[in-house]
Amino acid sequence: MAQQQQEVKLMKGNEVIAHAAIRFGCDAYFGYPITPQSEVMETLMELKPWETTGMVVLQAESEISSINMVYGAAATGKRVLTSSSSPGISLMAEGISYIAGAELPCLIVNCQRGGPGLGTIQPSQGDYFQACKGGGHGDYHLIVLAPNSVQEMHDFVKLGLDLAFKYRNPAMILADGAIGQMMEKVVLAPQQPRRTNEEIAAECKEWATYGKPADRKRNVVTSLELQSEAMEQINLRLNAKYRTMEENEVRYEAIECDDADYVLVAFGSSARICSATVEMARAEGLRVGLLRPITLYPFPTRPIAELAKRVKGFLSVELNAGQMVEDVRLAVNGAAPVEHYGRQGGMIYSPDEVLAALKQKLIKA
Amino acid sequence: MAEVEIKPENRVYGKSPLITDNVMHYCPGCSHGTVHKLVAEVIDEMGIAERTIGISPVGCAVFAYNYIDIDWIEAAHGRACAVATAVKRLHPENMVFTYQGDGDLSAIGTAETIHAAARGENIVAIYINNAIYGMTGGQMAPTTLIGMKTATTPYGRDPRLNGYPYKIAEMLTHLDGTAYITRQSVHTPANVRKCKRALRKAFETAMAGKGFSLVEVVSTCNSGWKMSPVAANRWLEENMLPFYPLGDIKCND
Repeated sequence: MAQQQQEVKLMKGNEVIAHAAIRFGCDAYFGYPITPQSEVMETLMELKPWETTGMVVLQAESEISSINMVYGAAATGKRVLTSSSSPGISLMAEGISYIAGAELPCLIVNCQRGGPGLGTIQPSQGDYFQACKGGGHGDYHLIVLAPNSVQEMHDFVKLGLDLAFKYRNPAMILADGAIGQMMEKVVLAPQQPRRTNEEIAAECKEWATYGKPADRKRNVVTSLELQSEAMEQINLRLNAKYRTMEENEVRYEAIECDDADYVLVAFGSSARICSATVEMARAEGLRVGLLRPITLYPFPTRPIAELAKRVKGFLSVELNAGQMVEDVRLAVNGAAPVEHYGRQGGMIYSPDEVLAALKQKLIKA
Repeated sequence: MAEVEIKPENRVYGKSPLITDNVMHYCPGCSHGTVHKLVAEVIDEMGIAERTIGISPVGCAVFAYNYIDIDWIEAAHGRACAVATAVKRLHPENMVFTYQGDGDLSAIGTAETIHAAARGENIVAIYINNAIYGMTGGQMAPTTLIGMKTATTPYGRDPRLNGYPYKIAEMLTHLDGTAYITRQSVHTPANVRKCKRALRKAFETAMAGKGFSLVEVVSTCNSGWKMSPVAANRWLEENMLPFYPLGDIKCND
């Protein structure tokens, strides 16, 4: 069989979200401009997918509206996504909670910038808590994917939506301004067809609200249940779903961890920087490894706990004041020292700054 | 007493087949039940039940999905027109309507309402204006009349303190995306019939792709107003209708 010609392009992380959404057969995108991710919608508008695949693209009047459009589209069984950056995600928090409560699949891309408040338009990883610990009200979890390259921005559009449908749960790509703005080589997937209404009706018959045919009961998409006994059962069902995700969907990358004395834990753009730190440390004869969570929720608790049995310490390297470090500490559970190194405000550490921090915080001790 | 047998040929009125057997939670005398009935009748008579998707609000009508036998999506407070926008854009062949109260559509959801209207979305918003927040216990709504007592205006609405009521229906007429804007009531049999005609016209407008429609229904909340149903109907006529006059406000044919 002839090898299919790969389509390789040089693209920004934000642009590739748009291309991937079209190519993976998404039905709709709803968004509102915000720096540093506006290229997602700009690219979609330029590509005009409504003329080719039939994908709907709409600029809403606010992030509140765009996430509720996502809610509506998802309720009918369609594959739908939105994107924004930190302050916009805060505005979406209510809608995300409703989507989680109503158990709808969708994809939300957060190209993080520094906060709090209006903050800065430069990269940050300050929304880890918001993405992984709720963000909106009530007990719920998003599936959170952390890409560290433009290629993963592309690939995670499919992975995120596949997981979202598998669990009927909102998924988030937690990127940052650096991943969104940087240009890299990317292998684009071939164009896949959108699902037909008949396929959606067959696949999502139990819950989707595309109009009630005579052969089924009416479907109602809601997160409301006023009877406490019944509401608790819903909560327990959601909890069971989250435990299943924790069991089956943890993804991570371990670099040079097998013989490591010290392990850096970093995601996204920080992990790219830390992989260079590992090389520098190894050149100096220091046995340093990198554990990169790819899913931030579910978090790679077990592999970190395994490493904690034999390493001398962990350094959680994040572009924030120390957020993921709390999950690293929970995983390590006192078995080894855990420190945090971070920068904020849009400032980014260099690989040697990370190495210096590792030496200062852990190795010297 | 012996049961009276009603022969089918003598039957002049019946429950719409789309109204479920669930016991309605609405207070006796409330307008919601009547408007639900009309919506069900219009959908049934147009033969579009399999293609209709309702968006229910937060407010007393949050459980609308229990009463009309079609697919429903329960929206967050105020967001129904955004939800409806997406459903209609992805299912242009379907009938998509929202059913919202005055707090939902014209306070917390003002932006979603106005922008869906401005875009000319081919949806219908059914807007129950009873000048009060019924479900949360009778607080001031954006439509509460001057001087009207509510749980949060216990001495009467004072414009210096609480601002003025506003008429979103008239505001929407200025938007190019709106096709049909009307204000109705259901407090007399004649008004019920007129309201049904208006709902039908709005649904047909949406299905014809002519743009956004709003059917405001000036309604009673006798529990919130603390009146008997009969007194509430009288109060509506004497106080609500002078400020919220009935009839078509905009009609693009």
